[in-house]
Amino acid sequence: MAHGHTDNAGASHGSLKSYIIGFVLSIILTVIPFALVMHPSFTPQATLIAVVLFAVVQILVHLVYFLHMNNSSEQRWNVLAFVFTILIIAIVVIGSLWIMFHLNHNMMRH
Amino acid sequence: MSSETLSNNHAHAAEHGHHDAGEMKVFGFWIYLMTDCILFASIFAAFAVLSTSFAGGPTGKDIFELDYVLIETFLLLFSSITYGMAMLAQHKGNKQRVIAWLAVTFLFGLGFVGMEINEFHHMIAAGHGPDRSAFLSAFFTLVGTHGLHVTCGLIWMLLMMAQVWKNGLTPTNNTRLMCLSLFWHFLDIVWICVFTVVYLMGVM
Repeated sequence: MAHGHTDNAGASHGSLKSYIIGFVLSIILTVIPFALVMHPSFTPQATLIAVVLFAVVQILVHLVYFLHMNNSSEQRWNVLAFVFTILIIAIVVIGSLWIMFHLNHNMMRH
Repeated sequence: MSSETLSNNHAHAAEHGHHDAGEMKVFGFWIYLMTDCILFASIFAAFAVLSTSFAGGPTGKDIFELDYVLIETFLLLFSSITYGMAMLAQHKGNKQRVIAWLAVTFLFGLGFVGMEINEFHHMIAAGHGPDRSAFLSAFFTLVGTHGLHVTCGLIWMLLMMAQVWKNGLTPTNNTRLMCLSLFWHFLDIVWICVFTVVYLMGVM
């Protein structure tokens, strides 16, 4: 009983099926963006957007199928911490790019 | 009878206490991973800002080989599912299988680190080291930090194989395996960002 409980902690277990679904989805979501860049068939803007979208979807697939994130009550604090981290990451990354772009622009390096 | 009930309660409370301790450890480790996310976000932000500061040196298009990176990506992806298999074996209490899957995962991870060191070696030998331009400094910092994390994960995995082999699947070891599982899958997520932002966007 202790065994069953302990490893349930903080993040729940997946099943063989969920791991395989996650794995197959990850392969597809990896191969397509590589193919799009290695054999360009769209405009650079369209390829860029597609590549970013594939990355975001693959991250979600990993979170759900490998890290077993869900909206159960045991996971609530994990998810809350994760959402807060996303906010901080957004501030750090977007803020840095925004400031540095304007700096370059105003210094006429652009 | 009352003393028996009392000791039963006590045993239950102890078990419950342990259960909570394991859960809190995994949650604490999750919080650590979140701070690690912020570390990587800072390095990604630095890379994004410096990604066009070539200083007359090579651009991503000149030096990145996407088919090589694709193989690296697959090694890490395979290691993710084999670690998943180790966790399923742990859930079933199969000690030998846990060690075997951890060993397979270790080999995939080692292959990844080996390929990355080889890539770095070739770049530095060709004069495209971190001292060449701000872009390459940021590249080596970002990809190197990820590689260092994977290396730490590999050392941890070796220790876990020894621990499981020696002590079996004790509650403590199970908690540790769970933390390493989070760490390993987390590194795969960071690698998705690396191959997208650094390699794919660098070549475009």
